[in-house]
Amino acid sequence: MNALFPLELRQVVVRRRTKRVIGPVDLILNPQGPTIIIGPNGSGKTTLLRVMHGIERINAGQVIWAKDDPAKHAFVFQSPIMMRRSVAENLAYPLRLAKLSAAAINTDVDHWLSRIGLDAVRDNPATRLSGGERQKLAIARALVCKPEVLFLDEPCANLDGYATRDIEVLLQEAAAAGTRLVMATHNMGQARRLAQDLVFMLDGKVHETGPAAQVFAAPQTDALAAFLRGDIVP
Amino acid sequence: MDEGPTARILYTTCPESLDISTYPDQFPLVFCVGKLDVLSFSCWDRFEGRMFEIWEGLKAAFWLIVMFDAELWEISLRSLRVTLTALLIASVIAIPLGTYLALQRFRYRRFVISMINALMGLPPVVVGLVVYLLLSRSGPFGVLNLLFTPTAMIIAQVIIITPVIVSIAHQSMRELWAEYHDLLISLNTSKRQRVLTLVKDGRRNLLTAALAGFGRAIGEVGAIMIVGGNIDHVTRVLTTAIALETGKGDFALALGLGCVLIGIAIIVNITIHTLSQTEREGRW
Ligand SMILES: Nc1ncnc2c1ncn2[C@@H]1O[C@H](COP(=O)(O)OP(=O)(O)OP(=O)(O)O)[C@@H](O)[C@H]1O
Ligand SMILES: [Mg+2]
Repeated sequence: MNALFPLELRQVVVRRRTKRVIGPVDLILNPQGPTIIIGPNGSGKTTLLRVMHGIERINAGQVIWAKDDPAKHAFVFQSPIMMRRSVAENLAYPLRLAKLSAAAINTDVDHWLSRIGLDAVRDNPATRLSGGERQKLAIARALVCKPEVLFLDEPCANLDGYATRDIEVLLQEAAAAGTRLVMATHNMGQARRLAQDLVFMLDGKVHETGPAAQVFAAPQTDALAAFLRGDIVP
Repeated sequence: MDEGPTARILYTTCPESLDISTYPDQFPLVFCVGKLDVLSFSCWDRFEGRMFEIWEGLKAAFWLIVMFDAELWEISLRSLRVTLTALLIASVIAIPLGTYLALQRFRYRRFVISMINALMGLPPVVVGLVVYLLLSRSGPFGVLNLLFTPTAMIIAQVIIITPVIVSIAHQSMRELWAEYHDLLISLNTSKRQRVLTLVKDGRRNLLTAALAGFGRAIGEVGAIMIVGGNIDHVTRVLTTAIALETGKGDFALALGLGCVLIGIAIIVNITIHTLSQTEREGRW
């Protein structure tokens, strides 16, 4: 179903200024998702997502896609990047890069604006949106080009329950439409709701991974058990 | 003895100064001079003479402007034409270059940037001299016969303002690139698309850069005097005409030209800012 997967990371290491940020990481992501990445702050979740997306230089190892096509990737950053343009133009930007016709762009933009409930502010500067609205816009902007894989870096950080639910619905629709989700989150409830596979990062390494149901029910390592209980992981 | 400031009408139709209270609102130009007694008589007379000249100059300037004086008109238009052409050429070079320097990493990038910053401080007279030598009959470009033409002045101005625009454009494009970097990399954009996006979204900052270049070019006198030669009806522009008229002692015309120069600078700034804000939707 998803031609890009499985994705395999082999002995991937990222070093920045003498510090080993992640690695060595060995990981296989199969075509079914979503994969949820959890772990404490600074454990390397963002870096791991960026490595998979191909926007972080790696110092060792390999990232092997079944079929590598960067045009089919999309990424939602931890703090959404709003271009200094109107809301509608932010949405249209990836479509313009893809050189779609003006009519097609308009149709898609209208559809997504009403889908995320921002058509009333379509001509406002995107930089004036609230945090939740920005997140929705960033996700919609990532989805307009119908990517086959969508990486999300804590898309619901700082959002209330309603906004979180809206976004989860959006993501589930995208997943149902064939977009493979890979997402980092600190929200354990969200992880339980969405995860098919779980990856637990600790100290730059994949500490434990497996099918979500199994890992949540019976964590194999003390660190993950403690993390899931909400204890502070040493 | 009266210690306080004494108000005097410095310019009247009669040569003596008059007490201000005699003519409460008859004369617009009034100067307050403290401790009048310390000014020697001759010094005072000179001071008074200068004030007279300035006042006469402003009056003459006013009439030159409102009567659309042909010479003033011609000189002003030439100034605008030379400077706007130079600005256009410099912007076409500088804006993509500044943007490119902001987002492209290469070996000698830092060196290139500090060179450009250094070139910003290039003395115009030296630029004028070098362009003169290059364009003079015996110089490498002598055959083009460009010396003492408006083209030569445009060349000199382009050399003077390009580094200014590159430097300011680079600075603001670097900030924008830091903001957009991850998004544009993630969207798999080509170099060309990145430059175009940054130029488009940073257009307000680029406009400021261009206006800084305009300000420097329109007020420049050293270089264009050398390469243009200040030839009447050919290469005389506002700044060189002011220098000439001041030298000749014709302060009226010089001041008139000065007013026009300031006026043009203000009008161009306001016009460009207004135009750029008609499409304003937000704070960017
Ligand atoms: N370019 C870099 N230079 C130096 N250190 C870096 C660099 N990038 C990341 N790091 C470090 O690597 C570690 C992992 O960072 P990363 O952003 O991947 O963590 P994270 O799991 O996403 O954390 P959070 O939950 O806070 O978002 C951090 O300690 C960070 O400071
Ligand atoms: Mg992170």
